[in-house]
Amino acid sequence: MRFDRNTFLTLAAMLVFGLILWQSEKFLGDYQIYIAKLIFINIILALSLNLIYGFTGLFSLGHAGFIAIGAYVAAICILPQAQKEMMWILEPIAWPASHIFTPFWVAVLGAGLFAGIFAFFIAVPVLKLGDDYLGMATLAFAEIIRVLIVNATPITNGSLGIKGIPNHSTLIVCYIWALFTLVILARLCYSNFGNILRCIRDNEIAASVMGINVFHYKVLSFCVGAFFAGIGGALLGSHLSTIDPKMFNFLLTFNVLMFVVTGGLGSLTGSILGATIITILLEWLRALEEPMNLGFIELPGIPGMRMVVFSVVLLAIILKRREGIMGTRELTWNRIFAFFSRHKA
Amino acid sequence: MNAANDKAGAILVAENVTMRFGGVTAVSDLSFALRKGAIGGVIGPNGAGKTTVFNVLSGFYTPQEGEITLLGKNIKGLQPYEICKMGMAPTFQNIRLSPQMTVLENIMVGCHVRRHGRWWSAALGLPGFYREERELQAKAAALAEKVNLDKQLGETAGSLPYGAQRRLEIARALATEPALLLLDEPAAGMNPQESIELMRFIGKIRDEFNLSILLIEHDMKVVMGVCEYIWVMEYGALIAEGLPDQVRNNPLVIRAYLGEDVITNA
Repeated sequence: MRFDRNTFLTLAAMLVFGLILWQSEKFLGDYQIYIAKLIFINIILALSLNLIYGFTGLFSLGHAGFIAIGAYVAAICILPQAQKEMMWILEPIAWPASHIFTPFWVAVLGAGLFAGIFAFFIAVPVLKLGDDYLGMATLAFAEIIRVLIVNATPITNGSLGIKGIPNHSTLIVCYIWALFTLVILARLCYSNFGNILRCIRDNEIAASVMGINVFHYKVLSFCVGAFFAGIGGALLGSHLSTIDPKMFNFLLTFNVLMFVVTGGLGSLTGSILGATIITILLEWLRALEEPMNLGFIELPGIPGMRMVVFSVVLLAIILKRREGIMGTRELTWNRIFAFFSRHKA
Repeated sequence: MNAANDKAGAILVAENVTMRFGGVTAVSDLSFALRKGAIGGVIGPNGAGKTTVFNVLSGFYTPQEGEITLLGKNIKGLQPYEICKMGMAPTFQNIRLSPQMTVLENIMVGCHVRRHGRWWSAALGLPGFYREERELQAKAAALAEKVNLDKQLGETAGSLPYGAQRRLEIARALATEPALLLLDEPAAGMNPQESIELMRFIGKIRDEFNLSILLIEHDMKVVMGVCEYIWVMEYGALIAEGLPDQVRNNPLVIRAYLGEDVITNA
């Protein structure tokens, strides 16, 4: 690694931002911290899907399945044994799940690995398909995972879900995992391996005659994406403290897809912006559903108003910037400096 | 038999290759051998089966009969990426670049096949990875200079003019360090002046990189100047072969290109 101005600035920004977050409890309320954690988790999910869909061009709709696997694996890993035995009322908890008890970071990595391995088994048959068919097949696999979770009662507690998951995902923990995801994906996507993935996206035939084992790299991208989706799921489960199979339906996939498309397919910083903006917007617009007093007129709260305004905002973003906020570009230090020097003049 | 068609010193040998699609025989009983270091051309009128030959050689189709040998090894039935690893790099009739990627990135895609590091060395940021990445960049930049694209390294491939995109595609193929370059209609869509320049350029890179080149081309004029040996196809079969002058004056070839009348009136 070369230590130049940009590397220095990136490290400094990471550190300063980390310090601010570390001290955030002093100036942020519980609710704001809750949202901030959700933002970091959504960033992880958006980045992982961007690798699969934005960089490699695999239209995968199976993300909720990998998130679910991550959330369940991590929850089982960090729940104390006594609590597990109490909660599994339909059927007693099966052996390996009942005795596992690991530190949180092991649980998160384990969640990622499990999701990645599962993705590998799905990838081999499914990635022979292309475009829309791939979308259908992955969507189906995500549903299969959900149904498996409902029915594997001795391990997952079935449709009752898992409650009282210890909340280890503090703001700083979420931040560090989001950084970890970003650093690894940025290295992968902006090295020659990233060039290969984008070449596969643009022209599979050209990639194959240039000596690239297209299938191998598709599987790789799919599994690495699933790995980080699992990590995001682990943090999400611990953050919400309650998980059940219904949470991980296809709407979750579409939420993540929305972050990625709004941010820009093939742009890591775009995914970060997309996830941040949409998460904040979804919470901030809640105010619209409350009764409003404008002084001269009193409006009753209309349930669902939030989603109407939200849809309009999304439409505006997509119409205004057809390729998402960033397109395929990245927000880099060079670009920021160029922006400021242009405006100074 | 001509020296250029001698099997012993050949880099690419096709023996009795037959490719059928259902009841249609697109290529029938095709045999040829390209001498090491030579520029050979496969020509023929529309529908002669040239593109099928290209697809068979590059590994997209597996012929029903016959053998194909590259550098003494049988490549029939191998995947395109395996054939590329063994030393053959094709370019396409319709240019296949990544339009949003820069010139440098496009060439670097070709460098990948000779890379030693694995993907996880990139993910973990190991020191060897950064070194190799810089080597690949330098190699790609050097190749860009060879094809006169060194001033446009940072520009997206889609923004280049047509001729430059063609040269970029050749640079990307050269980045795979091939022994044999397979060019499918490289002069398609070019005016006569541009195609003359392209052929001169092809001759130049052959000498510079010590390559063998097989051109698959529709336009007879284009290949005459640059090819040392020519095979002519019609309806999937070889109808003539030889040195450019022999082929040009071969009545079978003239008939295939221009029709029956020309011969009788001549």
